[in-house]
Amino acid sequence: MFVIVVGGGKVGFYLTKTLIEAGHEVLLLEKDAMKARGLEDNFGDVAVQGDGTELATLQNVGASRADVVAAVTGHDEDNIVVCQMAKKLGCKRVIGRVNNPKNEDAFLMLDIKTTVNSTQLIYHLVEEQVGLQGIIPLLELRGGKAEIVELEISAGSPAVGKPVKELNLPEDCLLVSVMREEEIIFPRGETVLSGGDTVIALTARGKAHLLRDALIGSGEV
Amino acid sequence: MFVIVVGCSRVGARLALQLVSEGHEVAVVDQKQESFRRLGAGFAGKTVLGTGLDLDILKRAGAERADALATVTNGDNINIVVAQVARKHFGIPRVVARMYDPERAAAYREMGMEIMCPTLIGSQLIKEKILGGGA
Repeated sequence: MFVIVVGGGKVGFYLTKTLIEAGHEVLLLEKDAMKARGLEDNFGDVAVQGDGTELATLQNVGASRADVVAAVTGHDEDNIVVCQMAKKLGCKRVIGRVNNPKNEDAFLMLDIKTTVNSTQLIYHLVEEQVGLQGIIPLLELRGGKAEIVELEISAGSPAVGKPVKELNLPEDCLLVSVMREEEIIFPRGETVLSGGDTVIALTARGKAHLLRDALIGSGEV
Repeated sequence: MFVIVVGCSRVGARLALQLVSEGHEVAVVDQKQESFRRLGAGFAGKTVLGTGLDLDILKRAGAERADALATVTNGDNINIVVAQVARKHFGIPRVVARMYDPERAAAYREMGMEIMCPTLIGSQLIKEKILGGGA
């Protein structure tokens, strides 16, 4: 794959390093001349000084043939413009780093569907630790509108021994699969859960706790 | 008309004062309290402290009922993002963004945005002065 990374801060640096180690062709753009020189010492020709929010710069480094352009600067407005310019040049996949969680809506509104929001992610993990024990968040979809979560069914859970259709699952939740030791089950209404099962579910934002109550029970936490 | 001005820069402040003096309703958004000093004492419009990238701040400025929005901060990229959000999210009918970089301005103009590029306008005017106009 040919990947253009825009922004040579900590995220950009380690992303570039990891991509190179995985055998990908990478180009790292950094606007600041001093920083760019430091990056050249590390990455040689891979690091290029230039402003990735400029159409001409992106064009010169080959954004139109890039498989992915990842905009990971510390400025959300710059990341948005990088993504928009890269798309304009015909790049198929753009990824935008969201620094301020409040700006994520702007990314989505401007058609940048793949965002990485580490602040939000860590915040959720902290919140899960505090409020949603028993649920492990696996993946956020559409900027957090929905998420895929994992739950462990204990032997004492109210869901054990009942078919799924009788579980009174909350709305906006869907059981995607049940892992029982080595077996992967695609649950139907008749599927009966056992203690020790791991359930993968898709839930709407803010509904994960209802799913936990139904599958693990609210009193257990 | 109700106009939101994002960025209390020299241009932003002057624009806001002119609009107010002509009887328009104006709200000015800026990240720094001290920028509002450019408006002078007794500014008849509203001032909102915060970044125009934040939907809540735009809402507080009155974006839901604004007739127009001008975004004239010193950052091209902030201006163009705010302008797009103003149009797409709030549906503000007239939105103008200032962009210093002519190429970026051209790219967004192609995407249907209204851009004012002072670099182009300024260099054109200066050239006309040098060459004696007309030519």
